[in-house]
Amino acid sequence: MSPPGQLELTRMEEFMEGIWRQNPTFVMVLGMCPALAVTISAVNALSMGIATTVVLIFSALLVSLIRNFVPKEVRIATYILIIATFVTVIDYVIAAISLEIYEALGAFIQLIVVNCIILGRAEAHASKNPPLRAVINALGMGIGFTIGLFSLGAVREILGAGKLFGVSLFGPDFQPWVVMLLPPGGFFVLGSWLLLFSWMRARKTAGETAHG
Amino acid sequence: MLLTLGLVSTLCGILIVTAYEGTLEAVTANKRIALERAVLKVLPGAASMRAYHASATELTAEGSPVPEGAVKFYAAFDAKGKLKGVAAEGAASGYADIVRVLYAWDPEKQAIIGFGVVSHRETPGIGDKIITDPHFLKNFAALDTRLDANGKALAQPIKTVKHGTKVNAWEIDAISGATVTSKAVGRGINNSAQQLIPWLVPHLQEIRP
Repeated sequence: MSPPGQLELTRMEEFMEGIWRQNPTFVMVLGMCPALAVTISAVNALSMGIATTVVLIFSALLVSLIRNFVPKEVRIATYILIIATFVTVIDYVIAAISLEIYEALGAFIQLIVVNCIILGRAEAHASKNPPLRAVINALGMGIGFTIGLFSLGAVREILGAGKLFGVSLFGPDFQPWVVMLLPPGGFFVLGSWLLLFSWMRARKTAGETAHG
Repeated sequence: MLLTLGLVSTLCGILIVTAYEGTLEAVTANKRIALERAVLKVLPGAASMRAYHASATELTAEGSPVPEGAVKFYAAFDAKGKLKGVAAEGAASGYADIVRVLYAWDPEKQAIIGFGVVSHRETPGIGDKIITDPHFLKNFAALDTRLDANGKALAQPIKTVKHGTKVNAWEIDAISGATVTSKAVGRGINNSAQQLIPWLVPHLQEIRP
């Protein structure tokens, strides 16, 4: 993703890229379909984040390993094939670990295949970088996405059900704010987080201009 | 190009097959545990269960060939091996998708004595109250399922009525605000019970140990 002419990033910077500067949820606003749909609880959000991270890492590794052999004409088809494979594997693994999570995530596990973060990483990063660098970047992106989902899921679970990780926080008298669990709630919470991040970025830029 | 694509496809195929074979056992075990837990939950006090198929003419234990049009049910036994009750699944379309429920039937009381939800996609906070609403769940403490004089159908079909208007033992008092989902529960149980219970009653001795 780095524009030509920019200095090579160190490994740490490469890792932080996805967590902060190019956070898939809050900065690039990618992968919104699962981000809005499955984040009705913290557990769901975390499982979805981890599943996506695993697919990201393995597909980045494989794409990076074969980057010099794949003809340019069929590269997208190859990437999709690789991503779909790892998604299928993860699908089986989640069903083997917990049927509850499997049913809560529903079709969104299979839909990781078309998650633009993963294909975007394969095309824009993994296919141009050596395996280690690709994996570091994918790990950062995956963690960034997981943080994004978790921020949504935790807020929605606290407000919409009065719980966090299924543990009741406010006692029996709390009247849950049900709309937060419904689709509009997803947009409200996402909008608020985006607002917060844009405000922080704007303030940082303003600060740099003032001091620099 | 063909070679590369072929190699990548082969590799992917091997990965998928390995993952499928590797997880199959755990997935099947998970499904069995989930089902057992669901059955034992609607029939508190049950310790073990066995699956059967009921048809118009006979009962067959799980494993033997399934007669056409048969209904699957689970017989649950307490720690002493006495028949505790029977659990079966019912399904009907709710507000968003099919609501699948599990109900427990007591042959002594001729009534439904327990209820659980197998799967649903109803609105969180509204339709999913069928799982938690204590007033709604009280409907299933003793829901009358006596058979009619011929023994071919329920004397009174199980029916969901508007919130606060339940008067008879075969009626389900709907949740206010979640009437569509409550009705789906009633229909699902009725459809299944209308078929299963008349078939089951003449053969009850066969499942008693």
